[in-house]
Amino acid sequence: MAAPQQRRLIFKHNDEPGYTNDLACYQRHGGYEILKKSVQMPPQAIIDEVKKSGLRGRGGAGFPCGVKWGLVDRKSGKPIYLIVNADESEPGTFKDRYIIHQDPHQMIEGVMISCWANNVKQAYIYIRGEFPHGARILEKAIAEARAANLVGPNILGTDYSCEIYVHRGAGAYICGEETGLIESLEGKRAYPRIKPPYFPAVLGLYQCPTIVNNVETLCHVKHIVDMGGDEYAKIGTPNNTGTRLLCVSGHVQKPGYYEYEVGKITLGELLNEVCGGPLPGRTFKAVIPGGSSAKILKFGETFTLKNKDGSTRTLTVEELPMDFDTLAAAGTMGGSGGVIVMDDSVNMVEALANINAFYAHESCGQCTPCREGSLWMKKITARMVHDTARADDGVLLKSVADQIAGRTICAFGEACSWPTQSFIAKFGDEFKSYPETKKVAKADGALELV
Amino acid sequence: MNLKPETLRQIDEVITHYPVKRSAVLMLLHAVQEDVGYISQEAIEWIAQKLELQPINVYEVVTFYPMFRQKPIGRRHIKVCRTLSCALMGGYRTCETFEKEFNTHRGEVSPDGEVTIEFVECLASCGTAPVVMIDDDLHEKVDVAKAKQLSASLKQEAAQRR
Amino acid sequence: MIAPTKPDLVTVNVDGKDVSVPKGTNVIEAARLVGVDVPYYCYHPKLSIVGNCRMCLIEMGMPAVDPATKAPIMDPATGKQKINWIPRPQIGCATNASPGLHIRTNTPQIKDCREGVMEFLLINHPLDCPICDQAGECKLQEQSTGYGRGYSRFIEQKNVKPKRTQLGPRVTLDDERCILCSRCIRFCKEIVKDDVLGFIDRGSYSTLTCYPGKALSNNYSLNTVDICPVGALTSTDFRFKMRVWFLKQTNSIDTESSVGANTVVWSREGIIYRITPRRNDEVNDTWLSDSARDLYKPVRATDRLTASRVNGVDSTLDMAINAAGELLNAAAGAVAVVGSGRSSVEEQFLTRKLAESLQASTHLVSRVGEGDTILISADRNPNVRGALVTGLIKALPSAKLTALAAAIDGGQVKAIVSMGEDLTMAGLTAAQLAKVSIVYVGTHQNPTVAAAKVVIPTGMVFEKSGTFVNQQFRLQKFFKSVPPPVGAADDLVVLAKLTAAVRGGAVPSELHAVWTLLAAEVPASKAISFSNLPETGLLLDATVFAGLPFVEGETMHFQPAKANA
Repeated sequence: MAAPQQRRLIFKHNDEPGYTNDLACYQRHGGYEILKKSVQMPPQAIIDEVKKSGLRGRGGAGFPCGVKWGLVDRKSGKPIYLIVNADESEPGTFKDRYIIHQDPHQMIEGVMISCWANNVKQAYIYIRGEFPHGARILEKAIAEARAANLVGPNILGTDYSCEIYVHRGAGAYICGEETGLIESLEGKRAYPRIKPPYFPAVLGLYQCPTIVNNVETLCHVKHIVDMGGDEYAKIGTPNNTGTRLLCVSGHVQKPGYYEYEVGKITLGELLNEVCGGPLPGRTFKAVIPGGSSAKILKFGETFTLKNKDGSTRTLTVEELPMDFDTLAAAGTMGGSGGVIVMDDSVNMVEALANINAFYAHESCGQCTPCREGSLWMKKITARMVHDTARADDGVLLKSVADQIAGRTICAFGEACSWPTQSFIAKFGDEFKSYPETKKVAKADGALELV
Repeated sequence: MNLKPETLRQIDEVITHYPVKRSAVLMLLHAVQEDVGYISQEAIEWIAQKLELQPINVYEVVTFYPMFRQKPIGRRHIKVCRTLSCALMGGYRTCETFEKEFNTHRGEVSPDGEVTIEFVECLASCGTAPVVMIDDDLHEKVDVAKAKQLSASLKQEAAQRR
Repeated sequence: MIAPTKPDLVTVNVDGKDVSVPKGTNVIEAARLVGVDVPYYCYHPKLSIVGNCRMCLIEMGMPAVDPATKAPIMDPATGKQKINWIPRPQIGCATNASPGLHIRTNTPQIKDCREGVMEFLLINHPLDCPICDQAGECKLQEQSTGYGRGYSRFIEQKNVKPKRTQLGPRVTLDDERCILCSRCIRFCKEIVKDDVLGFIDRGSYSTLTCYPGKALSNNYSLNTVDICPVGALTSTDFRFKMRVWFLKQTNSIDTESSVGANTVVWSREGIIYRITPRRNDEVNDTWLSDSARDLYKPVRATDRLTASRVNGVDSTLDMAINAAGELLNAAAGAVAVVGSGRSSVEEQFLTRKLAESLQASTHLVSRVGEGDTILISADRNPNVRGALVTGLIKALPSAKLTALAAAIDGGQVKAIVSMGEDLTMAGLTAAQLAKVSIVYVGTHQNPTVAAAKVVIPTGMVFEKSGTFVNQQFRLQKFFKSVPPPVGAADDLVVLAKLTAAVRGGAVPSELHAVWTLLAAEVPASKAISFSNLPETGLLLDATVFAGLPFVEGETMHFQPAKANA
């Protein structure tokens, strides 16, 4: 059976020969027509369309965008800010990079429509520091749009004004967390805020109501207004609407980015057919389906899931549709759409050691469990690889992770403990036998992962 | 502070982007680092004064974000991605290759002052792993051979300059 | 159902016990009211809430209501309203009381949370309690006993951080002991507005630091030591001097200004080792200036007066009293009494009695400096208002005793009783002192002592009990912490004996008895006794003094009366 066709909404023009990232090219392809349409619509009508569309945030949590907008405090009398989360830093995720580099105006149009819908007069694009060219491209695109009266004062001849500025991060994963991002944008260490009371929708940037949306999410808004919420909702599967960008990396023949209707392609189709299967002579061992903090899936395991009618179905890893709800039911998440594939050459202790080093490096250090736990997990796995491994280190690792998840200020607590929890749950034997097997692995000339 | 007029113009402009001056800290740090090469204590105090902050407020920020450095680095900055997708495709070998080529170790300036090699976390180009940033430019699928090739061209460029 | 309560109170349920608390009270404080301990590190009642230590995690639930009708959903098993418990633990410090809030602190999940946080806090901690000054008053020690597992699973290398950093003239930092609660940073930022401390670096390597080239040198720096829940910030002065569990704690009052910050004096075997703040939400919250903590140092100074003297010759107390009586009786009608704004209310009252017996004029020396808007006011006497209340003086004092100087020069004053005031500092010249016979009652050597005919040593504030009236007209008591040096007498005893010696009759010399008389004679202190005075003081009716031009400006919990503007 052939894999379904890609459905390219966001990446419609990506990699298209002759398509450039300047305004003229974008407008030749119908650019900013939806913004023109939007400013003729009452803002609430746009919010309603977004609600109807069922659009879920593409940054990681999959929170419904319309609901997020609905939570914004519109009675405070304070300005409402919109922040574009372009801090793309979840390992395995590289979709926003290509939107920004190849089609920045699509995002800007989505931003302006969302600003109009939410009566936002000032938007910031928080772009990760590692995208210096991306920041320049956005600066240039905003300048073009401003010159064309699409951004800035009295856009398109209306009395509506909205400014967009680019704000650069400087290498901190935690800035992807929306309140950490807000603190960073306020010029501070990116310490996530406690919630309550600091829900961005009420007390966000400068203690004003604030919307933080992912780059891809805001691009979808444009398409929702274009086709109407109901029509958009027909794309994908119920409660998992629209298309989503999937980024595949690691041990496959054809890594890269793809756009599919949510839930219309299975993990097996994606990896075996679209990405060309495992590398020569290898077999798939494990896959992380939604960025490195998502729980790992082990090829060969099965999931017994409940159907709506109360019956159950059993799916293999390959049979899992790439949507929000099924992946959650399988104990992991669609997250940011970053699919990381590992084949049978990988030792899971070493892979986890690599991931743990990342989270220990990126923990902001504000709250105790994450600060101390993430480094402890790193120290344990690093010791296992580089020094003496103990057969019961896996048990200790899981216990440390269990002491973090659910007890921290922000979701980083889960992000840093889910890999450990799931690696131990699924590859516990490999941790137990590592004191013996690692000698073999070293002799094998395997790649160093940590 | 001896900043270029263009940097000063850029700084004055960017401060106007925010209703609260403090927000401009990161952008000012970027501007100063791009101009001077690193963030000195003098720069911290200059920025603090510029934004009506205490120096500790800026110092806290400088040390939080890994992209800001408090010491000069080599002429070119080679940042090799260390994170999982790149490591799975040989990122550690790539980094070691650069280290060998420039006779230096990650985190240090090479003896000839030409490069600083650094292992950094995910550069968000996992589909073309392993990736390397040399200054602002991304290089994709940098295996050992390509790392040698890139090193050669960096060395050649250095030789021409001399 | 939750019983209706007063409008400003809400009923919350802590581990099954209902408690009424003001709306907005956080869970830590609400639990405290029913005797339930919710452990914490970063929370401080007088600082902003950051929720970073995660020690105060609790389970939280709200009474269940039908989403459509809002009708309560009852639990048939208990007959009470069902409680919807949130599965994820919440922090107590940032959870405020709202009607019907239920919390649980004694569940297996919470036990596990606390054990986890304790373990995390200890893995990179040096565990050097045997050489740590904080031992005995360390939250980390206490709570690891109370809530920790009692063993370690950590076999990795601990992080290495700076040790023995001098943050300023009075505070030493050990970064390895720091648990990054940020209390000290918040204190400097929020209370003193001296933003010099911060965290540098990231994650577990985060390090508390003072900005290079700056120092934590403000006059409140030692409060960071008080609020540091662990041994990271220690007092350079107190470092390695004494184990806190050997020290006796005595409640006292800061005498450096009319703020009257509440203090605790820590002593052992008659020696004072340190002074720390005592919480009083109406006066000093939980803070105290650094300068106030140094005030005990003159106790053991070499210039302490330790023997009564008559005409430069050591004598017994009674001989000195007799000599003073003769001298004052001889000068009857030409005696001036210089009282002190540093004396206690009781002493000022007896000073007035003595002055009345001698029909002497009364004087007081003012001390005025600049207020710091926090806990040091412009009036550097602790008890000028006591002198007003007791009737020792009728008007506010001035810095120089010009009227007294004129009276000496004019021959109307022949003898002076000074209650510890150095008259040369108050503007009297050596020549003027030479013209009068001086009875000096006080603690330390000074030019007036040198010129006095009779010198009677007495105790410092730490060596006696009594009360002061602060700038708010708050009567506050202090207790004797250490005995006075051998040879020094109690001021009240001296004043009573002097009064008797000048044929003024019998006045009490025992504190409680003095209060019986005070309560009877002084209108503002009616119905007050030393025993029934609360530890946090009592506001006196000061309407009669409202028009006086007091010198104080604004300080914590004090607004000067606008001069009928």
